[in-house]
Amino acid sequence: MSMGKPLPHDAAPLHVTGAARYTDDIPLPGDAAHLAFGLSTCAHGAITAMDLAAVRAAPGVLAVFSAEDWPEMPDCSPSLGDEPLLATGVVHYVGQPVFLVVADSHLAARKAARLGKITYEERPALLTVEAALAANSRFEAGPVVWARGDAGAAIAKAPQVIEGRFEVGGQEHFYLEGQIAAALPQEGGDMVIYASTQHPSEIQHKVAHALHLPMSAVRVEVRRMGGGFGGKESQGNHLAIACAMAARATGRPCKMRYDRDDDMVITGKRHDLTIGYRAGFDATGRILGLEFQHLIRCGWSQDLSLPVADRAMLHADNAYFLEHLRIESHRLRTNTQSNTAYRGFGGPQGVVGIERVVDHIAHVLKLDPVQVRRRNFYAEIAEGGLSAPRASGAPPEDISAKMNAGAFRAEAPGTGRRFGGAFSPKPAVQTTHYGMPVEDFCLRAMLDELERTSGYAARRAEIARWNAGSPVLKRGIALTPVKFGISFTLTWLNQAGALVHLYQDGSIRLNHGGTEMGQGLFQKVAQVAAGVFGVEVAAVKITATDTALVPNTSATAASSGSDMNGMAVQAACLTIRARLAEFMAGKFGVATDQVRFEGGEVKVAGEAFAFAQVAAWAYQARISLSATGFYATPKISWDRVKGQGRPFLYFAYGAAVTEVVIDTLTGENRILRADLLHDTGASLNPAIDIGQVEGAYVQGAGWLTTEELVWDGKGRLMTHAPSTYKIPACSDRPPVFNVALWGRENREATVGRSKAVGEPPFMLGVSALMALSDAVAACGDGSVYPALDAPATAERVLWAVQRQRGHV
Amino acid sequence: MTELAFLLNGTPVRLSGVAPTRTLLQYLREDRGLCGTKEGCNEGDCGACTVVVSDEAGPRALNACILFLPQLQGKAVRTVEGLSGPEGQLHPVQQAMVDHHGSQCGFCTPGFCTSMAAAHAQGRQDHDVVLAGNLCRCTGYAPIIRAAEAAAAQPVPDWMQEAPPFILAQISSGPISENSGGEAPGAFHPETPDQLAEWYLENPDATLVAGATDVGLWVTKQLRALPKVAFLGGIPAMKRIETEGDMIRIGAGVSITDLRAAMAAPHPSFAAMLTRYASEQVRNAATIGGNIANGSPIGDGPPALIALGARLHLRQGAARREMALEDFFLEYRKQDRRPGEFVEAVTIPARAPGLKVYKLSKRFDQDISAVLGAFNLTVEGGVITAARIAFGGMAGTPKRARAMEAALMGQPFALAAFEAAKAACATDFAPLSDMRASAAYRLEAAGNMALRYWHEASGGAVNVLEVRA
Repeated sequence: MSMGKPLPHDAAPLHVTGAARYTDDIPLPGDAAHLAFGLSTCAHGAITAMDLAAVRAAPGVLAVFSAEDWPEMPDCSPSLGDEPLLATGVVHYVGQPVFLVVADSHLAARKAARLGKITYEERPALLTVEAALAANSRFEAGPVVWARGDAGAAIAKAPQVIEGRFEVGGQEHFYLEGQIAAALPQEGGDMVIYASTQHPSEIQHKVAHALHLPMSAVRVEVRRMGGGFGGKESQGNHLAIACAMAARATGRPCKMRYDRDDDMVITGKRHDLTIGYRAGFDATGRILGLEFQHLIRCGWSQDLSLPVADRAMLHADNAYFLEHLRIESHRLRTNTQSNTAYRGFGGPQGVVGIERVVDHIAHVLKLDPVQVRRRNFYAEIAEGGLSAPRASGAPPEDISAKMNAGAFRAEAPGTGRRFGGAFSPKPAVQTTHYGMPVEDFCLRAMLDELERTSGYAARRAEIARWNAGSPVLKRGIALTPVKFGISFTLTWLNQAGALVHLYQDGSIRLNHGGTEMGQGLFQKVAQVAAGVFGVEVAAVKITATDTALVPNTSATAASSGSDMNGMAVQAACLTIRARLAEFMAGKFGVATDQVRFEGGEVKVAGEAFAFAQVAAWAYQARISLSATGFYATPKISWDRVKGQGRPFLYFAYGAAVTEVVIDTLTGENRILRADLLHDTGASLNPAIDIGQVEGAYVQGAGWLTTEELVWDGKGRLMTHAPSTYKIPACSDRPPVFNVALWGRENREATVGRSKAVGEPPFMLGVSALMALSDAVAACGDGSVYPALDAPATAERVLWAVQRQRGHV
Repeated sequence: MTELAFLLNGTPVRLSGVAPTRTLLQYLREDRGLCGTKEGCNEGDCGACTVVVSDEAGPRALNACILFLPQLQGKAVRTVEGLSGPEGQLHPVQQAMVDHHGSQCGFCTPGFCTSMAAAHAQGRQDHDVVLAGNLCRCTGYAPIIRAAEAAAAQPVPDWMQEAPPFILAQISSGPISENSGGEAPGAFHPETPDQLAEWYLENPDATLVAGATDVGLWVTKQLRALPKVAFLGGIPAMKRIETEGDMIRIGAGVSITDLRAAMAAPHPSFAAMLTRYASEQVRNAATIGGNIANGSPIGDGPPALIALGARLHLRQGAARREMALEDFFLEYRKQDRRPGEFVEAVTIPARAPGLKVYKLSKRFDQDISAVLGAFNLTVEGGVITAARIAFGGMAGTPKRARAMEAALMGQPFALAAFEAAKAACATDFAPLSDMRASAAYRLEAAGNMALRYWHEASGGAVNVLEVRA
């Protein structure tokens, strides 16, 4: 059985030899042209003059286009139609594409693009959420408000009340492979596009629209991306459309890739926001009423900001049952990059808000924050609801001797039910603030396990002792949970297709709508296919995503890739297998269910035949060996206007303990240890899942510590290269890093009873911020809450320390 | 120069008409179709373009995106395609990366493999240092380190042995000759300081390129044309580190890597800071002369050298002069350097037991400092008898903190003196705010470095890097 095996990434041997082909590595015909954008240097203004003579005269330039050349300017927006490919009269941020250079080399295009002379009549630029709020510059008519109960009244009656406000910074995706696309003109005006995109069907749709072609005339192919993280869900549209337009205009293949600085200046990032909160609670830490205000900086165009802001609201509860909750979400339009999808898609912003509130409450009550967390957890269902320990099959093989012993898979708990903490669950299923029943809650049991394996309580005590004797350095520790909803909130996106061919030699060619950005989707899905046919994964050929093979795909996003494409592929494979079984049953005169596919063989009537032999026979018997598969996620329904329904098929859970040390003289800080326990259901590939969890944690911790985006007063992004924007480097990973999978089956009927893994563990990084808060708190007498903004850079940590010591 | 010769994955390459600022990365990807070497940032900060370059100093990792082709003269280059054996056998680091799930999206992977292979050939085990210049956004690094640890036990494959005699023999026998750039302007390749001095005097408008870790960005990011270039990598006399009595003379062409090694014994705090100077790839290319002549207000080397009391040796034609290093830096990006004059060497005392160098940056490794503080104190009989303090990141130039020094001089070695020094920091400096830090933070943290010095000297735990969970 191939499902559940910790196989390496399918392309690993290609990765390590440099043979894995990315979009920029695809050889193009010799006459291929290269593109670059000329960018706005003004945050908001009317273009009063544009002198492109020097651009046109620059060496190697073949053509230059601006709004004058294309009166009907193609649109690049994935939502509202508010993103012209090139600025039409008005620029809305520094970095907006204004003109397009087509040249005979990448370098020539870049050089020429710097020579444009554009004059602007500057208009007032809104750069911050405060400025946008004051100007009522927003998407939608007003704030979105969801409420359950009466938060105001509950807070008024509560024994204690806290209020706070904090900033949470954005995040640059920093996919190692920058944005890139290429367009190859075909006969009859058709277009073939190679793109680094998570959403080939969107590229196809937008290119077809730009060229006034039916979607059937545009084919988009994506073999792999060098990282995506949400940044290639919509942000690649501009390049593909530019290439298609230039290819049509010049008749030559066209390629465009952003230089890194251009990429960071042009494209959107994770939404930064200001979170205001007011919470009423009792002496045990139970939250009685809670109000949130999200001021979300969307940037200049709508892009995906509305569903991102929705998901922030959907995760404002994280793991906690909040009976009286009001969330007010302002989606503010600013003259900055159009913020976009980024791993978690607003979820992390929602989660960090409630975790901050819990941390604040615990500080006020002088309680261990874990107690307050447990106090507010959702109820676990007593019988039948709790994910059962994995019953079937042996645990997967160990990945390697080097992987931390004992960290690979958490032990199954000895007892079926665990309700740690003082709070007993109510018998009924609790619902979220948007009305979805929480049927699969398992965080109490997970915390029991994680507290034990991480030695949380003993370490917390030891750290307090150590801190008492260390005036300059202080350590801190925190445990935070995550509950993350799995499905697209836009219900119709929850569908996937697959196309599977079985050839007469027994080889299998696999195609589906998901894209590979490093997350191991292709390998997981191949394992599903191999499992259905009972063959080795090597027998399954993994192929590039191609809109000509599987149509109308959804973005590979929302962690849904393996859930949806795995099911679609499984359906296609089952169709073919059923035909083979029927054929073999007829040939040997047995019932269909007497035909078994395992070990590379087909077993029937006491005999075993090589799978390839059976394929050949079936071919000769004129049986169709090709099938499509389709999957539509069941159970979900969602009314986003009311904020009610079941937007998710299920939740994925996780918890993390992070320990840090800070220098109270400079604010410098390090993560010393992290212990992660994450729920991926019955993993399709535990090695790949562990890799996702580890990588997501480090990326999440980076978001909240060193990754600081800085704009100047003119709206210019000052951190537009890795020299100034600091993602975690090698030594920033926790030196002690224990990662385990929870390993219980998904209660929902997902592929192999697995759970999605792409986004949820990102929020385990929140524990790093809370551990820093704990370390800062150790500098004071308990009277001042640390109130760390994110990212908690050394500078912010130092100021927080000084507030503890009364110096600020 | 009319012809350039080097080994590429064991095969000789001869090029003529090479544009002096054409990068190895461009050549590999565009001219040779060797697309395993990736462009991630085009400024030497991500490591996706890392290649292994071998010469008489052995194999080392370099960033191909800011490595100009003429810098490869007489060297052997190995790209990721050249790590595998002739029969396609994976290099031990490649196999370990597969076995330990070290790749996800795979785009950074070739750069990791080349960095790891260079370190593997050197027998290095300090993986965090080796890999600080390779960014990975997917894995969180843990599986890559597992792979590096696993590969360390494996022998260096035969095909990775590229000793200089072999390189020279191969190059000279090589039949391949390509004209890669048509009519490109020539570049000067001096072999002695005298040749450089003579040529530069006649060509004072030329750009001197040593490691190209900064000049490279003028070309790849600012898109500047450099009409006249001299490459200084072939001057052995400028790469020497010599002890002269109680002084150490460091040639301007000494790489930061070699400087770091040389400082480990005499000035361990300086050496430790140099471990956080940029990244392995950048340290392998960058030179101390470039670091000084560049005149960056931050440049981690100069503040430490100033605190040490370094003397700078300048040369213009046959004329030589020397000065205190701090006097070289006049104002922001302006140095006391005459037309045709270049940095030949810097000398520092061999002993400075009271030297502490503190680097403060947003990220620990491979980051430009927000503040770099260097304190060189002498304490005799419990009294501070000498104090040289210099900072980077606090002014338009690397600068001495005279008021802080004065606050300490003659004082008992006690916390009160260091608190006074902290207070004096605001007299010395009025720093700027930028994307790395605010002015207020710079001032506060710089002052606090004085307190750190006292705490450290008093045996307190002050270094977050030394704490374990």
